Amino acid sequence: MSQVADPLVATPGSRKGTGRRPVRHDDVAGLGKLRAGFFVAPALALVGLFLVFPAVWTAYLGMTNYKLTGLSAKAPDFVGLKNFTDTLTDPAFHESLKLTLVFVLFSGILGQSLLGFAAAWVLRTTNKVVKSLIEFLVLLAWIIPSSVVSFLWVALLDRGDGTLNAILGTQGTSWLTEYPMQSIILFNIWIGTAFSMLLFSSALASVPPSQMESARMVGANTWQVLRDIVLPHIRGHILTNTLLITLWTFNTFTPYLLTAGGPNHRSEILPVYIYKVAIAGGHLGVGAAISLIMLLINLVIAAVYLRVLRERK
Amino acid sequence: MTTTQTPVSAPGARPDVTSLPRRIRSNRSVMHYVGSVLKALMCALMLAFFALPLLWLATAPFDSAPSLSLAWPEWTLKNFKVLIDNPYALRSLANSIILALGVTVIVLVFGSIASYALSRVRIPGRDTLLYALLLLSSIVTGTAAMVPTFQLMNQLGLIDSQLGVILVMAAGVMPTVIFILKDFMDSVPRSYEESARLAGAGPLRILIDVVVPIARPGLATIAVWAVVQVWGNFLIPYILLRSPDKQPAAVVMYTFYTEGGQPNLALISTFSLLFSVPVVAMYFFVNRKFGFRFHGGIKS
Repeated sequence: MSQVADPLVATPGSRKGTGRRPVRHDDVAGLGKLRAGFFVAPALALVGLFLVFPAVWTAYLGMTNYKLTGLSAKAPDFVGLKNFTDTLTDPAFHESLKLTLVFVLFSGILGQSLLGFAAAWVLRTTNKVVKSLIEFLVLLAWIIPSSVVSFLWVALLDRGDGTLNAILGTQGTSWLTEYPMQSIILFNIWIGTAFSMLLFSSALASVPPSQMESARMVGANTWQVLRDIVLPHIRGHILTNTLLITLWTFNTFTPYLLTAGGPNHRSEILPVYIYKVAIAGGHLGVGAAISLIMLLINLVIAAVYLRVLRERK
Repeated sequence: MTTTQTPVSAPGARPDVTSLPRRIRSNRSVMHYVGSVLKALMCALMLAFFALPLLWLATAPFDSAPSLSLAWPEWTLKNFKVLIDNPYALRSLANSIILALGVTVIVLVFGSIASYALSRVRIPGRDTLLYALLLLSSIVTGTAAMVPTFQLMNQLGLIDSQLGVILVMAAGVMPTVIFILKDFMDSVPRSYEESARLAGAGPLRILIDVVVPIARPGLATIAVWAVVQVWGNFLIPYILLRSPDKQPAAVVMYTFYTEGGQPNLALISTFSLLFSVPVVAMYFFVNRKFGFRFHGGIKS
C-alpha cells in the first residue's frame, strides 16, 4: 500500500506548499477538526469494515484450509503458503488465467476501445438522426441490467430459434457451446463499448478542427490525419480508457450469466473460476488465495492508472 | 464525414481543390467516395450489432405467443398478467427497490456529511485519504473480494439478510460517492454558510438547511448513480442471499431462465422489460435534466 500511496501524496504536498491559506477561511461553518472527524467517521467505518477489512483478511484466509462445510468449517487449520503454491501450480488456474488474458485483450483492450473509438470518430460527422439512434442503442446496452442483457444474448444465440442462426442460415449451431469464448468476448464488447465511445467523443471534441482541416488541405488522408493529428492530442485519453477498461473487464462477473464458465471450463475466466472454487465448491481457503492474487493484479493496474492521472495534471 | 466533405461543400475550400493536379483531385474524389461508403457500412454494422439483441425486448413482451426468435408480434398485453400472477416476480422487484433505497439512503447521508467535512476542514492526511479511497474502490471489487466478503458475512451471521447486502454494497460505492460529492461540496459558495453561522446555526444545521439544497444536483446524480449500481448488481445478492423471497430482480431473473424445464418466455420477456425500464428512464431523465453525462462509468 505505502509504495502506491507515496507518489499520490506528492500532489497534495506540492499544493500545500504554494497554498498556505489560513484554515479558518475554508471552515466557514465552524466545524473544527474534531467535529469534522466525527462527520467522516461513519462513512469510513462502513468502508473499513466491509471493504478494507475483507481485502486485508483475504491474506490470512488464504493461508487456512477454510471450507464451507465439514470439519474445517468449524476449526480451520493454518496451512501457510500451501494454497498459494497449489494454486500457482494448478493447470486449471493457468488455463483460467490464460482465458482471462484473452478475454481482457480481445474484449476490453481491442474490442471495446477500438469499436468505441471508431463509433466516436464516425458519429461526429454522421447525420443527427443516425447518430442519436446509434448512441441511444449503445447506451441502452450499457444501462440495461446485466441479467436482462444476458438473457437477450441467450435468445440471440439460441440453437433452435436464435435470431443469429435465422439470419445466417446456420440453424442448429449452438454458439454458446461451440464458441463460448468468442461469445462472451462479443457479449462483453456489446455491453461495454458505451464507455469508450463517450470518453473518445469528448476527447475528439478537444482536437482543434483547424489542424485537421489544414492537414486535409495539404492532401493528408484519413489515416494520416488520425496518426499525426488526432492520436497525439488524445494520447492521455487512450491511456485512461485502456487502463479503466482493463480493470473492469478483468473484474466482470457478467459472462457467468451467459455461459457459467462452461462448457467444460472453456469460458471460465478468473472471476468465474473463483466463484466456482470458493462459493460453489466450498473451498474458501483456496478461493481466498486466488482472490488475493486478483486483488494484487488490480492493485498494479490501479497504481499505474493513478500515476498516469497524476502525470497528466 | 464533414472532414472529407469540407473541401467540396465549403466554398472557401473549393479553389484549393481545383488548383491541385488532376491526378490528386481524382484520387481524392475516389477516396472521398470510398470513405463515405465505409462510413455508411460502419454505421449499418453498428446499428445491426447493437439493435439485434435489443429488438427481442421490444417485441416479445407484447407477442401473444412469445418465442426466442424475432418476429412481428401479435399485439397483446396478456403476458403482463402472467407476470403479475407469478409469486416471485413482483416481490423481487420490491426487493430490488428495498436494496436500492437502503444503499442510496446510507451513501447519501454518510457520504454527504463526510464529504462536507472533507471539503471544509483540512483534517491531517485528508488528501492521502481521498486518494486511498479512490484506489480502494477500483481494487476491491465485488469479484475480487467475493470470498472474504462472503466469509465475513458468514461470521457476522448476515448471510441471507438484506441488511447485509445493503451494507456491503453501500461500502462498495461509498468511496466514489465521497470523491464525487466532495467536488460538488467544494463548489458550493461559502458565503451562505458564513451568514447562516452568524445567524447562530450549528454545522449540522448549516449542512442540512444551506449546503444540501445548493448541492442538490450533485446529490441527485449520486442517488441515481447508486441506484443504477445496485439495481443491476447480480453477484453480491447472488452469493449473500439464500431465500428466493428475499432475492432482488437481478437474481430472480437468472433463475427464471436457468432452472430447468422450458423457460416461460411470457414471464421472462415482460419481467425483463419491467426490470429495465426504471434505470433506463432514470438515466435519461437525469441526463436531460442536469445536462451531464456520467463519468467514471455507470456500471463497474
